[in-house]
Amino acid sequence: MKIHNSCGLCTININDLSVISGSQEIIKNINMEFHCGELTAIVGKNGAGKTTLIRSILGERKHAGTITYKNHHGETLSRPKTGYVPQQLSFDKSTPVTVMDFLSSLSAKKPVWFGFNKKEKEEIIKRLEALNCADVYDKKLGNLSGGELQRVLLAAATHPMPDLLILDEPVSGIDAAGLDMFYKLVTELRDNYHMAILLVSHDLPLIKKYADKTIVLDKTVVISGDTEEVFASKEFKATMGLDF
Amino acid sequence: MEFIYSIMDNLPFAFLSYNFMKNSIIAAILIAPLFAFLGTIAVNNRMAFFSEALGHSAFTGIAIGSLLGLNNPVLAMIAFGIVLGILITKVKNINKTSADTVISVFSSIAMALGIILLSRNGGFAKYSSYLIGDILLISPQELLMLAILLVAVFAIWCTIYNHLLITGINTSLASSRGINTSVMEYIFIIMIAVTVMFTIKWLGILTINSLLILPAAAARNISSSSKQYVLSSVIISLVSAISGIIISFYADTSAGAAMVLVAGILFFITLIVVLKEK
Repeated sequence: MKIHNSCGLCTININDLSVISGSQEIIKNINMEFHCGELTAIVGKNGAGKTTLIRSILGERKHAGTITYKNHHGETLSRPKTGYVPQQLSFDKSTPVTVMDFLSSLSAKKPVWFGFNKKEKEEIIKRLEALNCADVYDKKLGNLSGGELQRVLLAAATHPMPDLLILDEPVSGIDAAGLDMFYKLVTELRDNYHMAILLVSHDLPLIKKYADKTIVLDKTVVISGDTEEVFASKEFKATMGLDF
Repeated sequence: MEFIYSIMDNLPFAFLSYNFMKNSIIAAILIAPLFAFLGTIAVNNRMAFFSEALGHSAFTGIAIGSLLGLNNPVLAMIAFGIVLGILITKVKNINKTSADTVISVFSSIAMALGIILLSRNGGFAKYSSYLIGDILLISPQELLMLAILLVAVFAIWCTIYNHLLITGINTSLASSRGINTSVMEYIFIIMIAVTVMFTIKWLGILTINSLLILPAAAARNISSSSKQYVLSSVIISLVSAISGIIISFYADTSAGAAMVLVAGILFFITLIVVLKEK
């Protein structure tokens, strides 16, 4: 793993992005920019279009407008390396896939059902060790606890180290200690590697604690900026329905 | 072929003294892994109902073949299977109706259309053998083609296995890794369509899907890793296929149905094993 210092020069620029489903505009005129070395949070109520926005960035949803990624030399990349930690893995928990199978299938060419040699096994265990969960390597993916699964998903999303890491409600169903550990790992990644992190979450106290920037979404961008400023704004309180 | 026959002649099984039994056992040895490989992914990616629909649509493929004046309708069946598979997937992806409803609509129409075309002037009886199939009729030339199909499907399946696995786990995660999930879906559908249509004459429209799904479903009960899953699917599939043929020889019944029954029994045995462990 090559360590970079986050230069803040890499930019992901979203310009006039809209998604229409039938006659309904799900999100419209989204303009935003985020940088490497920053943890940017997207907040909004249910139905505000957060998941649609993430799917557009992942290239899964057809959209109008542009998403461009520029590296620190100012060159435009057509497809930045993207790491994605989904909200939940909607898969049948009885699927016979171990953590090892899962992580290896994301990068290896050899079909994972061929099994693994010692070197491949050690490499995966080392990656899991970095996230304090080496002991789960031969567990079935469906038998992991919420916290273990999130760390495995984070291990998956950070190999190879992405230009952009997207965390979609990554900590639902995890206890407070697990939550804190997860965010500590994420901020370490932000500080030590050259990546932009985009976090979708409902957990406002945690966003306040960890996010550098916050974007409030309600079909379009209501307000964006430094987390502290956004949290103090009228627009934030009105959109999130907060009285404090 | 003579070489394989001579090996089989040396085995201490009376039923192998007949060439048609030798051929059908070889067919089972080729078909079983083919179905097991595809079945593992079909079950993982919840496509059991889809492959059933493909099987049911075989009649329309046969009808198109006969309308085109083809001696062997298999090419028309494969072409129709691929078109139907792609159509179902396209409609399923753009329509919000649940997948099983969309598949059911296409499956019903394709089957009804096939039966109408084939039953014109009361001629359906000669096609009814497709319903249960007959593996005992397989010829050495057909065995060679089956071997080629097995090698081709195995090569493609191995190449895209990891991508299919991730797509089955979570499509967004797969997209974020640069996997084109729709292309994966279409390649897999084409492999299923070709395999089902090519072998349906021997395995039967009514039973073919069970042979695809049951071994993988049984293997899932007792596996926790991909390796265990694939290997146990192949073993269960081989045991079902070979013992199905032997049972049909001695009991004088349909081989396809006997294979399904054995696979069904193995499914319940694995289910009991897993329930006991809990």
